[in-house]
Amino acid sequence: MQKLTIAHRQFESRLFLGTGKFGSPEIMEQAILASSTEMVTVAMKRVDTATIEDQLLSHLQLPHLNLLPNTSGVRTAKEAVFAAKLAREAMETNWLKLEIHPDPRYLMPDPIETLKATEELVKLGFIVLPYIHADPVLCKRLEDVGTAAVMPLAAPIGSNKGLKTLDFLEIIIEQSKVPVIVDAGIGSPSDAAKAMELGADAVLVNTAIAVAGNPVEMALAFRLAVEAGRKAFESQLAAISDQALSSSPFTQFLNYEL
Amino acid sequence: MSFNEIFDQYDWEEAKASIIAKTPRDVENALLAEKRTPEHFKALISPAAQSYLEYMARLSHSLTRKRFGNTIQLFAPLYLSNECNNICTYCGFSFDNKIKRKTLSASEILLEINELKNHGFQHILLVTGEAGHTVNIDYFLKAVELIRPHFANISLEVQPLEHDEYHLLHQCGIHSVLVYQETYNKQQYNTWHTKGKKANFNYRLQTPDRIGKAGMHKIGLGVLLGLDDWRTDSFFCALHLHYLQKTYWQTRYSVSLPRIRPAEGLVQTGNSITDAELVQLICAYRLFKEDLDISMSTRETETFRNNIIKLGTTTISAGSKTNPGGYIVDPQSLEQFEISDERSPEQMAALISSLGYTPVWKDWDKHLQS
Repeated sequence: MQKLTIAHRQFESRLFLGTGKFGSPEIMEQAILASSTEMVTVAMKRVDTATIEDQLLSHLQLPHLNLLPNTSGVRTAKEAVFAAKLAREAMETNWLKLEIHPDPRYLMPDPIETLKATEELVKLGFIVLPYIHADPVLCKRLEDVGTAAVMPLAAPIGSNKGLKTLDFLEIIIEQSKVPVIVDAGIGSPSDAAKAMELGADAVLVNTAIAVAGNPVEMALAFRLAVEAGRKAFESQLAAISDQALSSSPFTQFLNYEL
Repeated sequence: MSFNEIFDQYDWEEAKASIIAKTPRDVENALLAEKRTPEHFKALISPAAQSYLEYMARLSHSLTRKRFGNTIQLFAPLYLSNECNNICTYCGFSFDNKIKRKTLSASEILLEINELKNHGFQHILLVTGEAGHTVNIDYFLKAVELIRPHFANISLEVQPLEHDEYHLLHQCGIHSVLVYQETYNKQQYNTWHTKGKKANFNYRLQTPDRIGKAGMHKIGLGVLLGLDDWRTDSFFCALHLHYLQKTYWQTRYSVSLPRIRPAEGLVQTGNSITDAELVQLICAYRLFKEDLDISMSTRETETFRNNIIKLGTTTISAGSKTNPGGYIVDPQSLEQFEISDERSPEQMAALISSLGYTPVWKDWDKHLQS
């Protein structure tokens, strides 16, 4: 399986995990290990930067695991830039999952503020991975301002509805020069496998694992699904067709031989 | 445009009758709906829905877990003052109660917050009565300045204020404002609120609009369950939420479900709500608004609180004192109401963990508000 490269950093695993919603930090840690993920996102607002030993972070000190702080809670580009600087200081990384959702109900990302913030954060030296709608034009605009990847949503966060934005994800994957990480809405391993078969570079999963009956086993199921989907993509899936391809009467008159 | 104009189109008695008239078919339609409306909410709180309670509880449990995960947010109330110029017949702080009045000074506030911090609290709710001559915007701003460095998230539950004052408080670090209408029965409202600024029903009803316009991150609503018919009151509260969510779409919402508790000088109302009905109401709110924060205080008993953690609640207080100075400064002063669940924050957190949930102490950061 090809390695994934984002901003010159290589990843064996193409499954990213969220760290919210788990019943305990111990279960979260076990799920992370079972998933073999090398990248987890952490909400800045959940981390207690004032204490030396934050409970959440202490369970994320694992070999090969990269932390991707996110700006969940901010409503504007200005707030996002502020939160990003705080995250860089607290978690000692310039990687950032940029989330600007002024709508607290469906947590819909604000495309205008996200583009503005990405541009500014890239100038400030951040590796920016923005959470966005499955909007192919926005993806290109983000590329233009130096985004390290794009993270289009499959469906509303936490909805487990699967690849509702399928047609747009396909366009994004087709056109993108930066890695495409399908984020939000992936509800089952088959959704993840499907996204990978389409050529997504990675997927990010949280609710579907954290709220599963057995989060640790579900993390393993997602790992297998992501690997299966990626292998299928790399092996080049046979085309789908409704009818058999037989010799065609249209070109018969040419009377040529193969 | 404010909620008052929408509210004026409704009639209390008509609304009450239409809730009672809901049929099992209405309830089933509400349960199966993809997106639920205020009419669906009526069906879910109706007497007809009582026989669907177990199903409602299961739905509420799974929707809450999907949205909020296996987590429960913890907070502590900090009563800053029991001075009050209102006469409210159900409240221990009522002006006509001859009790010792107290407003915490700066040094007393620091002592109290130090005690709360020692228990691990990061989210704090500041509470006062209504005494505008001493406990006013200047007092609140000074209190917030003292408290802000120590907590990740500060909420306010005080008298209704003006738009500019809310704006200023938000700029200075207040994340949420809670204001309960107590009852939406305009005709009966003054039976309970006989004197003081709180006797102005319309001004209070407009308050969440003023908070919303000020850009506050969260608004909390509620009625005092047991004052009037809980079903009709809860319907109007749900309608209010529905309107606010559409209007101030960048704001989060919470609802509290306080039942009348014994307090100094309390008058009986004859409108109590049973445990089963309260569970029905929690589930109805969850089914109506998947993203609504539902808060449960220490008014409720240990057993009840242990069981509703899984049924739709997202936020609970623990180890609460409802008297100013109650944590350390002056534990003997008179409380607003008697608390029922006296477990410590540590015991509560352990209980939450034992149920398979993570107790969340911090879910905001003071730096997110500039």
